[in-house]
Amino acid sequence: MVLIFAESPRGNLKKAAFEAVTYGKKVADLLGTSCIALTLGAVKDAGELGRYGAGRVLNAADPAFNNFDSQTYAGAIADVAKSNGATVIITSHTSSGKSVAGRLAVRLGAGLVSGVNSLPEVNGGNLRVKKSVFSGKAVAEYEITSPVKVVSLMGNAVKPEVSGDPVSVEAVSANAGAGRIRVKEVKTQEGRVPLPEAEIVVSAGRGMKDPSNWGIVEELAETLGATTACSRPVADSHWRPHNEHVGQTGIAIRPNLYIAIGISGAIQHLAGVNNSKVIVVINKDSEAPFFKAADYGVVGDLFEVVPRLNAALKKFKAAH
Amino acid sequence: MKFLVCISQTPDTTAKVSFNADGTEYNAAGVQFIMNPYDEWYALVRACELREALGGTVVALNVGPAANETTIRKALAIGADEAVRINADPKSAAFTAKQIAEYARNENFDIIFLGKETIDYNGSEVGAMVAEYLDLPYVSYASKLDLDGNTATLERDIEGGVEVLEVDTPFVVSAAKGMAEQRIPNMRGIMTARTKPLKEVQPVAFDESVEAAQFTLPPAKAGVKLVDPENMDELVRLLHEEAKII
Ligand SMILES: Cc1cc2nc3c(=O)[nH]c(=O)nc-3n(C[C@H](O)[C@H](O)[C@H](O)COP(=O)(O)OP(=O)(O)OC[C@H]3O[C@@H](n4cnc5c(N)ncnc54)[C@H](O)[C@@H]3O)c2cc1C
Repeated sequence: MVLIFAESPRGNLKKAAFEAVTYGKKVADLLGTSCIALTLGAVKDAGELGRYGAGRVLNAADPAFNNFDSQTYAGAIADVAKSNGATVIITSHTSSGKSVAGRLAVRLGAGLVSGVNSLPEVNGGNLRVKKSVFSGKAVAEYEITSPVKVVSLMGNAVKPEVSGDPVSVEAVSANAGAGRIRVKEVKTQEGRVPLPEAEIVVSAGRGMKDPSNWGIVEELAETLGATTACSRPVADSHWRPHNEHVGQTGIAIRPNLYIAIGISGAIQHLAGVNNSKVIVVINKDSEAPFFKAADYGVVGDLFEVVPRLNAALKKFKAAH
Repeated sequence: MKFLVCISQTPDTTAKVSFNADGTEYNAAGVQFIMNPYDEWYALVRACELREALGGTVVALNVGPAANETTIRKALAIGADEAVRINADPKSAAFTAKQIAEYARNENFDIIFLGKETIDYNGSEVGAMVAEYLDLPYVSYASKLDLDGNTATLERDIEGGVEVLEVDTPFVVSAAKGMAEQRIPNMRGIMTARTKPLKEVQPVAFDESVEAAQFTLPPAKAGVKLVDPENMDELVRLLHEEAKII
């Protein structure tokens, strides 16, 4: 059986959970087995996971699970995995999913590969999985040889696919035990798709000259429904919040479209963004290294090009 | 207070990535190695700051061969009081985690620090594993850590925001950007680092359950298509019709 931990930050299933279930269903099909999704705490519309391929959806509703604690979560997931004879356990490769995955591996004596980005190959009793390593500069294949296996699934690696109908949610009793993490407050930026989940990212660098110039970037992002990002020096000089910093020492992302504005394309920057499907670079220096990694390039002054691109997009959106 | 900082060594961020002929091993020839930036800039520096404010000891720990001692000395130069090297060439995050946990088990550390991930294998696995071996709470991706008595207040980076939480020592924490500011070791630090204790510990046995099978380089990009800066309608058309992403 394949068990998917479908995470639900603050009670809501998000894209990461639908991706994990879609992936889990496919892994279960490859192995000729069933697929069960587990949710923890109070969750809205958990039965929806059936639409993405979960044969059964379980929920452990102990209110202690309403706040994330990797220790209590891993305990509950491991219990459900054992009592249902799970051989593969899948989490999302998110801040929470990662910390649960490592614990599960130890608790279940399982081999773990984190951040897998494609379907595994079944090789006898082993699973062969792929992930991106060296900050996107290489691809590694690993073979998991233990009887129980854990993988965490990279965001945006599979598209959520509807393959079934909602199912009714089965309550399971999993003991949260005594959690030791006390969550005091969660501060989220409302109305913005978080960077790791974003399908379109508009990113700007030192070429912007001054933080007060970011209006044109924000407007372009608004038109595209994109999330904004920045290069490291921009975050380091507090022009933008540090959670916008992408690259080798920031967040690694893989959106469908990455638009780089006034960013030179240093190797450490590319390391975090080169898995993007399509890269557009706007830079006045035709020698900027970023053009080598780009699909489309515009050599020009960003202060003219960006508003022009925004106007062209608005015209396009109005016509489509 | 007793702080453990787990440091790893990674290829320099500008290093060219290549593999041996059959793609089974990273080719380290000619590669410059550095301390993993998250370990150095955030985990180690924050541990040193807490020690400076509260007293205590910072122990830097590396699982690695003798060749890593240059990196370990750098940790001592930045401010760690002593260092431990577990003498092994780790083949996996699971192996590393097991070694760290076995060493830390009887040492009563108040906080075990790591960086949020290494920039080579990008696993983000070790911290959670160490915490599980030692039955300790784990806070990942912490961008802020303050300590008041035995209670720590942390901010943890989550998708699209931060979570503010409290936890009592002992615990394991992985450090992200924001927890501290990078420190360049000064001359005095470099001098005293030479005489600070660096202990070698032998590894414990571990059965691997993940094998690296094959490394490949991603296919090269086809080449950039340049668009006239006066004609952004054309870029929009390409994104729509050719790339099919808008
Ligand atoms: C260990 C290490 C880790 C690092 N990690 C990261 C990381 O994670 N992420 C990251 O981003 N960097 C990282 N860096 C820094 C990286 O090496 C570069 O210094 C940084 O990415 C440069 O940022 P930038 O492109 O915004 O600025 P610059 O390199 O200064 O580039 C600005 C660009 O804007 C262009 N420009 C200027 N004016 C205009 C205009 N009017 N119109 C159009 N274009 C214009 C210029 O031609 C130039 O190409 C790291 C460095 C080290 C040593």
